[in-house]
Amino acid sequence: MNHDTAAPQPQRSETDPQDQFKQSRRNFLKLLGGGIAVSFVLQDAFAFLPDAEEVTSPLVVNPEQVGGWLHIGKDNVVTVYTGKVEVGQNIRTSLAQVVAEELRVSVHSINMVMGDTDLVPYDAGTFGSRSTPVMGPQLRRAAATARGMLLELAAQEWKVEKSTLRLADGHVLNTASNKRLSYGQLAKGTKLLQAVANDAALTPTEQWTIAGTSVPKVNGRDIITGRHTYVSDMKLPGMLHAKILRPPAFGATLASVELAAARAVPGVVVVHEGNFVGVAAPDRAAANKALAAIKPAWHTTSQPSRSEIFDFLKKNASTPRSGGRGSSKKGSLETGMAAAAKTLRSTYHIDYIAHAPMEPRAAVAQWENDKLTLWTGTQRPFGVQDDLAKEFKIDKSQVRVIMPDTGSAYGGKHSGEAALEAARLAKAAQKSVKLTWTREEEFTWAYFRPAGVIEVKSGVKVDGTLTAWEFHNYNSGPSGIETPYEVPHQQIQYHPVDSPLKQGSYRGLASTANIFAIESQMDDLASLVNMDPLAFRLKNLQEPRLRAVFEAAAKAFGWAKTKPGKNRGYGIGGGTEKGGFTATCAEVAINPKTGDVKVLRLTTAFECGAIINPEHLDNQILGAIVQGLGGALFEAVDFKDGKILNPLFGQYRVARFKDMPAMEIVQLNRKDLPSAGAGEAPIVGVAPAIRNAIAAAAGVRLKTLPLVPKGLQVAKS
Amino acid sequence: MELQVNGVSRSIKTLEDTSLLQALREELDLTGSKYGCGEGQCGACTVLLNGVAVRSCRIPVKSAENKQVITIEGLEQNGKLHPVQEAFLKVDVFQCGYCAPGMIMSAVGLLQQNANPTEEQIIGAMNGNICRCGTYPRIVRAIQEAAKA
Repeated sequence: MNHDTAAPQPQRSETDPQDQFKQSRRNFLKLLGGGIAVSFVLQDAFAFLPDAEEVTSPLVVNPEQVGGWLHIGKDNVVTVYTGKVEVGQNIRTSLAQVVAEELRVSVHSINMVMGDTDLVPYDAGTFGSRSTPVMGPQLRRAAATARGMLLELAAQEWKVEKSTLRLADGHVLNTASNKRLSYGQLAKGTKLLQAVANDAALTPTEQWTIAGTSVPKVNGRDIITGRHTYVSDMKLPGMLHAKILRPPAFGATLASVELAAARAVPGVVVVHEGNFVGVAAPDRAAANKALAAIKPAWHTTSQPSRSEIFDFLKKNASTPRSGGRGSSKKGSLETGMAAAAKTLRSTYHIDYIAHAPMEPRAAVAQWENDKLTLWTGTQRPFGVQDDLAKEFKIDKSQVRVIMPDTGSAYGGKHSGEAALEAARLAKAAQKSVKLTWTREEEFTWAYFRPAGVIEVKSGVKVDGTLTAWEFHNYNSGPSGIETPYEVPHQQIQYHPVDSPLKQGSYRGLASTANIFAIESQMDDLASLVNMDPLAFRLKNLQEPRLRAVFEAAAKAFGWAKTKPGKNRGYGIGGGTEKGGFTATCAEVAINPKTGDVKVLRLTTAFECGAIINPEHLDNQILGAIVQGLGGALFEAVDFKDGKILNPLFGQYRVARFKDMPAMEIVQLNRKDLPSAGAGEAPIVGVAPAIRNAIAAAAGVRLKTLPLVPKGLQVAKS
Repeated sequence: MELQVNGVSRSIKTLEDTSLLQALREELDLTGSKYGCGEGQCGACTVLLNGVAVRSCRIPVKSAENKQVITIEGLEQNGKLHPVQEAFLKVDVFQCGYCAPGMIMSAVGLLQQNANPTEEQIIGAMNGNICRCGTYPRIVRAIQEAAKA
């Protein structure tokens, strides 16, 4: 999300949410037809719609509160329209569950229309674990409002009191006469539009029968049969295949280019605009041939390399504004340090890492007259729509972006690079064009989780009470920068830097780096005062939800009940992010001869309020742990002078089957608390828990992410 | 040339540098097999060639001539899922699902060679397939389920 993303985002432009909202609402009303519809109009209306086009109520809408609408047709189908998108977090299933719950229908009678800018209301994007805590309650209220409308219609039909009616299995039952009408029968012939009632009675969590259960992935069968069409699988009649000429380094500019040979390839369209050169051809082979025939000459400039990146970040940090993002101050550091019996000063270095989604960026572009339809896997369909409208100087209503369920993102697909490239070529070719990035392009021309330098100065009393905490983060971002521990004297500051590599959002954003530093420092402080790392944390921690996950993880792991064997160690780490609370315990084994570090066990306790789908929550926690494991142990983007040196899976190591430790996941279900997202937070405890376990096993207190890309060097020597 | 895919003879035009994956996806519209890396490192493109799981992105289509190719589309028979697909569905393995066809084909290949693999054998056989969503333990569970079925 913009306000909590690490550092400079991939280019993103401003948009007028009011305009966006009006436009998408007009589209919604057009396709509405008959039936019952619930829309987010902040106007109390139970409006009959003689003609949907005539509805022009003045709208004052906070786009943060808008995101979905719902329609019940005469065919009994409930259609939910939401700007949220599916990238593997199984939100298609969980949002359908909460609607099914409120409407008393099967999850399978719900059709989720997601991420199509012509059909769904404006949505800023799917990121920051916002779908569950924000979109979920909105859709629940919309469904509860529709439930009220159905009761009203049935009461009119039978001329009875609403209190004598009951809803079940997609029908309204008249308990007195035992008659029943399906929702479709009630919706038939009506054209009802109602605003979401903010006071609509929601089904209490304790009474959930569909939400709160492990409904399987709704399109699971399409996935396991290979039938689901990702953008990279699409084919339109007469479609061309595109390739883009890539510069040899970041920031390179085209000095000259010879295109005649490329243009001579039969059926090829070549576009050259500034530094952009792309080709489109009837098949991939011809596109490759044309690309290879291009003779460019590039101007390159000297750029910082990985070997000097941490010095670069420190030297180029901007002066922080006091009170700015990621800045806070409490008490006096001088007083705090003076009160300390022991002090500890550490510097942590965090490498850039890549999201490496299994489906590289892909886009299919089609121009019909001046209207552009663009299929692409992006977490921000409306953002990409905006980018395209600006690029081609057309109105946003002329651009339709459609996002089919996509081969993952992890915060790495906020942008629409492939979309813009495909659209440029399609416009020139006057034919539909498909562009699929190669793995190398995805590793090079997407964006990265930021690198960072984190400096911590801290003080502690002999009894383990924290007295002072000074924390500076250079470049990696402000997410998770606050310490969750009680410290009377503290100063925290995020220092933005103009990053040499394109950087942006990532799973858990900067909290993967910040909580790594916080939890490493906490472990080293515990060691300074000879305290058990868990006891030390709990002594300085009040937040009950974080205490609960620390205690739950420790209990399941057997912390303090069992002792690690020789060359083995236990470690713990945790924190809070995006409304989720997580703690992880790790056991590692170190081979003192080779320096190999093997993570044997990871036990994670996680709490995110009321659980909507336990099995899918388990899967999200698992995914965060596994992704965290790769980032903790060995993932790092290597680069030199504007070139990525490891842009292949054979060179950039990600976690594989053989890296899997025994993993135990403990879910704490807080039915009394609102549901929060779970895709991000469970990642944050993994790296520090492993780091602290290595420290316990080998006495080596590592201060880098990744920790041991080449094994534990000290152990070897 | 002729290619035997999912029990059917299909005619395709061949170019020197066409991989089996490209022929399947772009000529025969069998898009279940995925491109993930083009270097044989991720397993998203896995198909069976004469019953053995191979990386179709690294196999020149020429060398698949006169061999039986089975893709994810060929597992389901008359609307009935393959036992491995049933098991993956039952365990509700996937998140984004992009790696799914390759994972399932690798698992089918493994179980055809070894009907009752140990956990270690499963991990060894599957290690060449990447799932960035991190569903590995669920995949192991699904393969164990399928072996039991």
